[in-house]
Amino acid sequence: MKKMLALAMILTTVLTLSACGGSSEEERVVNVCSWGEYIDDSLIYQFEDETGIKVNYQTAESNEALYSLLKTGAGDFDVIVPSDYMIARLIDEGMLAELNYDNIPNYALIDDAYKGLSFDPENKYTVPYTWGTVGIIYNTTMVDEPITSWDAMFDEKYAGNVLMIRNSRDALAAALLDLGYDLNTTDTAQIQEAYELLADAKNKGVYQAFVMDEIFNKMEGGNAAIAMYYAGDYLTMRESNPDLAFVVPEEGSNWFVDAMCVLKDAQHKDEAEEWINFIASTESNLANMDYIWYASPNKEALESYPAYYEETYGEPLDMGLYEIMAAPQEVLDRCTLYENLPADILTLYNDLWTQLGI
Amino acid sequence: MKNKLSWFAVPYVVWIALFVVAPIILVVIYAFSTADGSFTLDNFSRMGTYAVVFGRSFKLAIIATAVCLLIGYPISYLMSREGPRFQRVGMVLIMLPMWMNFLLRTYSWMSILENNGLLNRLFQSIGLIDLYNQIAMALSANPAAYEPITHFQLINTQGAVVLGMVYNYLPFMILPIYSVIVKLDRSLIEAARDLGANTFHVFRRVILPLSLPGVLSGITMVFVPSVSTFAISKMLGGGTEMMLGDLIEQQFLGGAYNPQLGAAISLVMMLIVVVCMVVMNRFGEGEEQAVML
Repeated sequence: MKKMLALAMILTTVLTLSACGGSSEEERVVNVCSWGEYIDDSLIYQFEDETGIKVNYQTAESNEALYSLLKTGAGDFDVIVPSDYMIARLIDEGMLAELNYDNIPNYALIDDAYKGLSFDPENKYTVPYTWGTVGIIYNTTMVDEPITSWDAMFDEKYAGNVLMIRNSRDALAAALLDLGYDLNTTDTAQIQEAYELLADAKNKGVYQAFVMDEIFNKMEGGNAAIAMYYAGDYLTMRESNPDLAFVVPEEGSNWFVDAMCVLKDAQHKDEAEEWINFIASTESNLANMDYIWYASPNKEALESYPAYYEETYGEPLDMGLYEIMAAPQEVLDRCTLYENLPADILTLYNDLWTQLGI
Repeated sequence: MKNKLSWFAVPYVVWIALFVVAPIILVVIYAFSTADGSFTLDNFSRMGTYAVVFGRSFKLAIIATAVCLLIGYPISYLMSREGPRFQRVGMVLIMLPMWMNFLLRTYSWMSILENNGLLNRLFQSIGLIDLYNQIAMALSANPAAYEPITHFQLINTQGAVVLGMVYNYLPFMILPIYSVIVKLDRSLIEAARDLGANTFHVFRRVILPLSLPGVLSGITMVFVPSVSTFAISKMLGGGTEMMLGDLIEQQFLGGAYNPQLGAAISLVMMLIVVVCMVVMNRFGEGEEQAVML
């Protein structure tokens, strides 16, 4: 019995391994992993038709989930689209390949404002995909006055009507900003203070729930008054509930860049660069922006979007919405990119977050 | 092994080895190692911090299992006494919700239980909320200071989590109990009646003990997924009070990637569940049928 078991295990292992090793050389393939609802699907078919390269498009739930897929080797990806702080972490850990920008001529179309940022200062690993801001979404019929400050996320006045984001980094950033601290601080006393603010609000019953995707249902249905989330998703929610408003609080906020990267052990590097070049084009960026409501880093695409919208839908784009999608400079001036935190601070974040949940 | 292993069992053995034994071994290895692979007990020394989460998860799972049993047993019993046509239709009705995706079903409960959801709007329209406000105001010591409610708090409560568990796992309680009761030898019941037992005694002395194996496997099949659930607690519980499933998931998919700690928590949870099951199966000892763990 035991022998048989061992034999069976060895046999299956060998079979599995050999199956992974072999790959057909004929077919050109690129494995892409991005977020859900984060691309205009027709671009995938267009790329396949134009190049004959098959796109295996997969999605991950969050930067952290993507990281864990990469670490466990569960994901066999070529191109990934992580956010700034995760890119910094992946570069730190030597998991990304340097890109050959000669194969990505469309990189020249990307606005310089999104190049040379802290996560990839020398522009060696990334081609920006989208950018946007985090802020407060609120239901104008359920609050007394317009929300302008992070205070609203901790205010007892709205007890039971506030949705906090279920993500330690964003939740603690809101608290840090409300206290007037930097959201990339590594001062443990400040982080501890931010935690106290969160925990205190939680104990007073301010939070109706901690949410991620459930937020759509809750805000669209008027089940909560105030929530912290991404500008692009606000624009989606607004389509079902016009009472919703969005604000980047006066204390400042996080702005983020999601960028395409190629993994160091990617099997299809050429195809990956071809895909990245295709996505960086102005046409692709316009299609994506129209579909997902996240701002494009492609200068021409971003500037011509209002005209594109008018041409497509036969009515002018509400510039108020455009400015929420593509925050103007004076808003960006009070926003900060997340930086990758040192390991001990990440552990502290996780411990505090667990403590909050207990 | 008493019987010589049949070759037909090989695929099964391979399956078990690959997808049950190997993962458990991996969990054990991970639980006792540090991030760089050396041996440690640190993962377990932190366990005390999470005692509250363990307590909450087991409490809710026990309540959900008890409710499932209280609802499931009478349904199984009554259904088994009906004609074959009724039984077939009943079976289909019980299975029907399971043809839909689990997350989708739980998601629809969100729409029902929300503050502004179906149920609260119904209560509003039939005047139940106004009635409650009037009664509460009349009873309160200081009626002027009474703040009327606009909705009943249904979602984001422990009750909602238990409801989600019961709704999703009830078929797992009904099916094993039903399949045991329906196969009961009717002549035993007739014999009991001939010997003078009334309906209550027949149930208490004959049917109940003989259906115990079904009850025990039903309890197992409801309790185990309940104690480790994370989707239900997130969606219906509001995520403000963490459950074991959430805690474990966070170690794998959360900000600080710590699969070793996650494995350790999983291992402790598995051990507690196994101990619970062993203790419980003691009660079922002496029955003809063995209860699968």
